[in-house]
Amino acid sequence: MSPRVQVYVIAALLALVGAGLTAYKNLELGFPLLPGEYRTVWTIEAKVGFDADGGPVKAALTLPREQRNMEILGETFSSSGFGFYIAREDDEYRAIWSRRAAQGPQSLFYQLDVYQRPGAALAQPLSLSTDVQKPFLGAREQEAVRLAIYSLVEQAHERSSDDESFTTQLLFELNDEENQDRNLIFRYYTDRSLVDVALLVLATADIPAHRIRGLYLEDDRRRLSPEDLLEVYDGKRWIVFEPISGQPGVPENFFIWQRGGKSLLDLEGGRNSQVTFSVIANDVPARDVSMRGTKDEKDALVDFSIYSLPIEQQSIFKLILLVPVGAMVVVLLRVFVGLRTSGTFMPVLLAIAFIETQLITGLAIFTLILILGLWVRFYLSRLNLLLVSRIAAVVVTVVILMGAISVVSYKLGIEQALTVTFFPMIILAWTIERMSIVWEEDGPYEVVVQSGGSLLVAILAWWVMTNRYIEHWTFNFPELLLVLLAFILVVGNYTGYRLSELMRFRPLVR
Amino acid sequence: MLQFSVKHIVNKVRGGVVSPLTLRRMGVLGMNARNIDYIARYNDREKFPIVDDKLNTKRAAKSAGIPVPELIAAFESPASRKRVMDVIDPLWQFVIKPARGSGGKGILVIAGRNGDKYKKISGAEVEALDILRHVSNIHSGLYSLGGKPDRVMVEALVDFDPVFDRYSVEGVPDVRVIVFRGYPVMAMLRCSTHASDGKANLHQGAVGVGIDLASGRSCHAVMRGLRIDQHPDTEVPFDALEVPDWYELVRLAASCYEMTGLGYLGCDIVLDRERGPLLLEGNARPGLAIQIANGVGLRERLGFIENLDEEMFKKDVDERVAFSMREFAVS
Repeated sequence: MSPRVQVYVIAALLALVGAGLTAYKNLELGFPLLPGEYRTVWTIEAKVGFDADGGPVKAALTLPREQRNMEILGETFSSSGFGFYIAREDDEYRAIWSRRAAQGPQSLFYQLDVYQRPGAALAQPLSLSTDVQKPFLGAREQEAVRLAIYSLVEQAHERSSDDESFTTQLLFELNDEENQDRNLIFRYYTDRSLVDVALLVLATADIPAHRIRGLYLEDDRRRLSPEDLLEVYDGKRWIVFEPISGQPGVPENFFIWQRGGKSLLDLEGGRNSQVTFSVIANDVPARDVSMRGTKDEKDALVDFSIYSLPIEQQSIFKLILLVPVGAMVVVLLRVFVGLRTSGTFMPVLLAIAFIETQLITGLAIFTLILILGLWVRFYLSRLNLLLVSRIAAVVVTVVILMGAISVVSYKLGIEQALTVTFFPMIILAWTIERMSIVWEEDGPYEVVVQSGGSLLVAILAWWVMTNRYIEHWTFNFPELLLVLLAFILVVGNYTGYRLSELMRFRPLVR
Repeated sequence: MLQFSVKHIVNKVRGGVVSPLTLRRMGVLGMNARNIDYIARYNDREKFPIVDDKLNTKRAAKSAGIPVPELIAAFESPASRKRVMDVIDPLWQFVIKPARGSGGKGILVIAGRNGDKYKKISGAEVEALDILRHVSNIHSGLYSLGGKPDRVMVEALVDFDPVFDRYSVEGVPDVRVIVFRGYPVMAMLRCSTHASDGKANLHQGAVGVGIDLASGRSCHAVMRGLRIDQHPDTEVPFDALEVPDWYELVRLAASCYEMTGLGYLGCDIVLDRERGPLLLEGNARPGLAIQIANGVGLRERLGFIENLDEEMFKKDVDERVAFSMREFAVS
């Protein structure tokens, strides 16, 4: 294979890998392709409150089940003084707080962050029991209620074609306050909720059903009690019903806490127990959501990346990852334009300094230091020093200049000039040295051309590097560096003319 | 007064840019194409030091029997004042160069003396201290690429053939020949002018004179991108210019191919009054200004050589020179 073909093959592979990883991160892990995307993260807090009797206390709270359209990003438990662990009981997780002795009112907290994804709520197969336990309605005083229930069942049965429409009809009747049978039932079961009664009636009709406990995710809700949904087995699958409307399907924004099963809270050694919920919505950058979501799964791509570094190092890397972009700008300007600069990649370092100092301040400081440095350097050249000591002297001068600029500008109240320290001193010193040689050998015009070229490249590099899209992509998709590398390799194969050559060779045409 | 109106700049840019298609049609070789298609392909990295380090060039030329300006002394390591003075004190004329200087930087030519002072070729006078500082600067790598420590060479000043006196002002005229795979393909004479401050760089205002490979006569002359007929300072017409010992000079350039092993090579040659053509230095990345000086693109000639039969690359120097002179003559 000729080198040229090799370059194209390698570039194609690199670009493919880079683009592939980027697409994977975007589509699978949900990293946003554009900056500034926000997602709503719900913070749900469950508060378990009770009065302890003074003896040993044990509280068991059922924890939310996994739900396909709700991603749990993180959970915290607060339980001062209580022992805490999570136990698994028949397909259910329960948080268990325990304490040898407690007296008076107690509060235990469980908090979780949830991100709602688009998609159906329930799709996981459910291994819940489909046994129906018929309620006992044989007692004499229950005669009227029993008849009322049978009447409701019969009515619903007549008006429906299958278990699904039956349930809808039944719920419709149970919500109809004109219905005498319904009123009779509710008068008998005064302390039962709608779902309790519906479950009772469904059991009578020999239809497997259970309750779903959960919450509606609405912003800024406090002291909520859990809401119930009804889930019914129609012989083939489970169908969720919203009890008031009687509509099948999980309502949007409904966060399922407990599906089937038993109690929400079991308490031993206390009274007046109560579980209340509060919900807050936070707008969080989409990237953070993805980051937190993948943390638990330990996705290799994320785990072995810059994100695994401490925050401080990450912010350094944010800058370092921009260097290749700056290098690419230099490559483009060299290969396609043919700009002359002093030092090939010196403009990139300047651009990085500009990022810290802001452009105008940076330009002013750079020009000031260059002029003052050149002036000092011209004097030094008359002292017949060795080159190394002369450059070292220039370095010291540059540092003194930086210090002076900082102090003077601070006293004048120009705080921005304090960022002068971000300039790479050694590079500046070398630039001054080179420029003074260029001045001596090629004249001041060449100095202006070269430093102007360097500044132009630096400004362009700065402009590209501070672009919010570039910043976003380099940091969130470092894989794109492979694409950049491929691009640079391909550019390295360009044999066409440079823009400057179109001017240079002008005399040939004519 | 400089005028910076937008219209002015736009017109200048529009008038100053030529279409890349035109350049391609004319067979002009660009920098990118030169780097990839010629330097990378025909010049082995490992052979670069032969031309990049002028001391190496000198040594190789000696053993290949190619005449060069006489080397008086070389300082490999930073030299003491006494050592330098011991060398230059007895000399009337000499040249101090960095062995690995780039772009002709750091070359100090002393053409004569005036008491304790040394006279540069431009007429300016310097002191011994300035020369010592120059030597120290070269050692520290001020003129070498990447600032690497360098070696200093002291060379005899070439006794220039007076034939060029009227064509070069305040400086040293030299002939640049591009040799491709052993075949000379193009040549130019670089004449310094007052405007170029005695330097032979075209972009600094020196005159580039295209030389017909067959005859050694001037065929085209350019200064600052404009075609000219006579030297701007001396007003001597270039028509009459003919390089003496032309065959010897081209032969010398062609034989540098064997010496360096570089397929795409630029040879800088000066003419000595007594000794004839001398190899000043070789260049593994010869520039492209020679195309402007000749008014002809390089690509066609390079392509012609590239497509030659394999047999042709086994020919000896004289056959190659004869071939080039025949093929690349300006009719």
